[in-house]
Amino acid sequence: MAGGGQVEKRVKYKSSVKDPGTPGFLRIREGMLLFVPNDPKSDSKLKVLTQNIKSQKNTKEGSNKPPWLNLTNKLGKSHIFEFENYPDMHACRDFITKALAICEEEPNKSAVSTSSEQLSIKELELRFKLLRENSELQRLHKQFVESKVLTEDEFWATRKKLLGKDSIRKSKQQVGLKSMMVSGIKPSTDGRTNRVTFNLTPEIIFQIFAEKPAVRQAFINYVPSKMTEKDFWTKYFRAEYLYSTKNTAVAAAEAAEDEELAVFLKPDEILARETRQKIRRVDPTLDMEADQGDDYTHLMDHGIQRDGTMDVVEPQNDQFRRSLLQDLNRHAAVVLEGRSIDVESEDTRIVAEALTRVKQVSKADGETTKDANLERLERMSRLAGMEDLQAPQNFPLAPLSIKDPRDYFESQQGNVLNVPRGAKGLKRNVHEAYGLLKESILEIRATGLSDPLIRPEVSFEVFSSLTRTISTAKNIIGKNPRESILDRLPKSTKDEVLHHWTSIQELLRHFWSSYPITTTYLHTKVGKLKDAMSNTYSKLEYCGRILLHMVYCTISLRY
Amino acid sequence: MPAIASKQYSDDVSLLVLLLDTNPLFWSTTSITFSQFLSHVLAFLNAVLGLNQLNQVVVIATGYSSCDYIYDSSLTSNHGNFESNGTGMPAIFGSLLKKLEEFVTKDEELSKEEVSEDRIPSCLLSGSLSMALCYIQRVFRSGHLHPQPRILCLQGSPDGPEQYVAVMNSIFSAQRLMVPIDSCYIGVQNSAFLQQASYITGGVHHTPKQLDGLFQYLTTIFATDLHSRGFVQLPKPIGVDFRASCFCHKKTIDMGYICSVCLSIFCEHHKKCSTCGSVFGQSKLDDASSASDKKRKAPST
Repeated sequence: MAGGGQVEKRVKYKSSVKDPGTPGFLRIREGMLLFVPNDPKSDSKLKVLTQNIKSQKNTKEGSNKPPWLNLTNKLGKSHIFEFENYPDMHACRDFITKALAICEEEPNKSAVSTSSEQLSIKELELRFKLLRENSELQRLHKQFVESKVLTEDEFWATRKKLLGKDSIRKSKQQVGLKSMMVSGIKPSTDGRTNRVTFNLTPEIIFQIFAEKPAVRQAFINYVPSKMTEKDFWTKYFRAEYLYSTKNTAVAAAEAAEDEELAVFLKPDEILARETRQKIRRVDPTLDMEADQGDDYTHLMDHGIQRDGTMDVVEPQNDQFRRSLLQDLNRHAAVVLEGRSIDVESEDTRIVAEALTRVKQVSKADGETTKDANLERLERMSRLAGMEDLQAPQNFPLAPLSIKDPRDYFESQQGNVLNVPRGAKGLKRNVHEAYGLLKESILEIRATGLSDPLIRPEVSFEVFSSLTRTISTAKNIIGKNPRESILDRLPKSTKDEVLHHWTSIQELLRHFWSSYPITTTYLHTKVGKLKDAMSNTYSKLEYCGRILLHMVYCTISLRY
Repeated sequence: MPAIASKQYSDDVSLLVLLLDTNPLFWSTTSITFSQFLSHVLAFLNAVLGLNQLNQVVVIATGYSSCDYIYDSSLTSNHGNFESNGTGMPAIFGSLLKKLEEFVTKDEELSKEEVSEDRIPSCLLSGSLSMALCYIQRVFRSGHLHPQPRILCLQGSPDGPEQYVAVMNSIFSAQRLMVPIDSCYIGVQNSAFLQQASYITGGVHHTPKQLDGLFQYLTTIFATDLHSRGFVQLPKPIGVDFRASCFCHKKTIDMGYICSVCLSIFCEHHKKCSTCGSVFGQSKLDDASSASDKKRKAPST
């Protein structure tokens, strides 16, 4: 916005030319004009936003008129301010001009967006973002769209890929679950009052329900019929505490007393059922022998306990024990599955029910039909066949086809290009030709090397032409023959040449796509493109002249 | 291109393998006679041998139907006593010329009677390149101490597109052996094979304009050994003709179809690659027009 500050002048406000005028103060600030009359009782206080000002007129200094500034707002109403002197008026006028200029840019931008019906704000933002990021694109855009050679739509028509990719990218991302084990949270303990406080967030509740389906089922069954949510969670955390103490005897005792607590302490039946089903569906043709050696969980001295201790557990209390591995594996499996429901609700009951529903649906999908089962069994028996017990199979053989290499090297039957004849015409008779050759050899054997071998003037000519070739080649190509001539130009010329190249490409693309010309719109478009192209051509000619001049200068320096 | 340090016993000792074009059908059409040409070449060889006592020269004749070794300066029998005619022919080249004559006779016997095309047929460049490379390989295996080899190809006959594959194979072998192939083309048009050979192997290619100054060209450009080329400016061609010939008709093309499995080049669309047998898919050029992704829009306003 216009560089800060405000203008405050003593003026007289007239609502029309004939009005004598109310004296007061005019304060012009960013975006706003405020007129406060001297007389507090007068009701001609005026507040005008600069956005609403359409135009301003002022009286000339040289004329005999008093310094007036006339502001017209969008509704057509005009406000006339009479200043004390001309410099004041000019100051205000300049300020307003600046403010108006700024306001003008914004309505233009919004006009663009309103005129094209199907464009969303989002797409416009995307366009602006692309233009900002890619300066080459911005240059092309400025050159063509703003000079009215191409319209916005045509410009962006070929760049759908650029526009589309961004929006797709943004909408597809799915947020996953945390890999941290939130369900194994440690509570905050208060040593003085011996109270332990657990903080439960919906995220934690979701994780607990996802990992432990028995808890979820228990929640649905017990709450709110048998106990409140708070009780439920208290019992749950009591069970967790019992697990962590590893005191299986106590756990067994409490389970015997409290039925609900027992639910938490028992191994998860639902989970076990699901796992059994999964195992049933595993393909038995896998090589189970290969990972027999890996099954270490049932060996002695294995299995990671929570705190590294090992203790022996009575068999009937075995079910009250849980290992860290089990928890980790279950958590990992849940995280990998991802978020199966989209319900984000504070109410735990809703979450629990949604999860149950999802699980039921997936279970129903998973159950295989009878046909599918038969097919699986058939496939298994086919794969499990033992190779050495089977009958020898005679596969139909296809011969290896490698083309005879002699064909390349010896084929003399190629179509050859028409080639201009030699200097003396062609002797078709081979024998004659050989005869001539042999004659030459005999001649040289007899007469020896020609004397003089080479005439000095010829030698000199050869020398000078070679020198010229080498020095010009060095100037044009440079030491490295693979260096491109563009790299030797000054950077600004090189950029300009490359920009002309991209703009010509763009123009040509639009030009050829407009053919065949069937409507007048296409006709005008083609005409505009042609003009733009000839424009660029003349610019390129100019660049070329600079380049030639440069080359001549460097060459002439050599001599 | 410098050879590995252990292989050289002096920086500038070179082994020059000269491939001499003796295609009679070319020599019957040139402005310079074969005998004049030979005198330039023999003087040049003498000059190369004179540059360093340990330099070696091998000459291979590239004929119309065959190739053969004509001269090897390291063979002691060449330094022997040949009757010098007293007419200025250095005795050292007596055996070269004798062998050349024998070769031409043999070549004539092997060649076909008529020449049906109306252009000058090509010489067997691929054959002589292979022979040169075999000789050089033998030199490499002879021990640590040997001169730095290079190949100079003096040719006037045009390229035979049917030899494209063989010539390219030789060029790549030379590249791997780090042997530069220089080429001096004295024919009428440009030879794409020789340009490519020099470009790929790091040699020098030049087309002399004045054939009666051939000796000057040879001694200025092609006599420098490999070590000295590091600090001598030799003429470089502005561009290289990289066109290939197609495998089906052996004609030179610059746009064609390539099998993605074995990289064989074809000039027209085939259903199956004739080299490796892979089946090609549908050609995508049959449908869409060139400006298919541009929609012609009527104005929306």
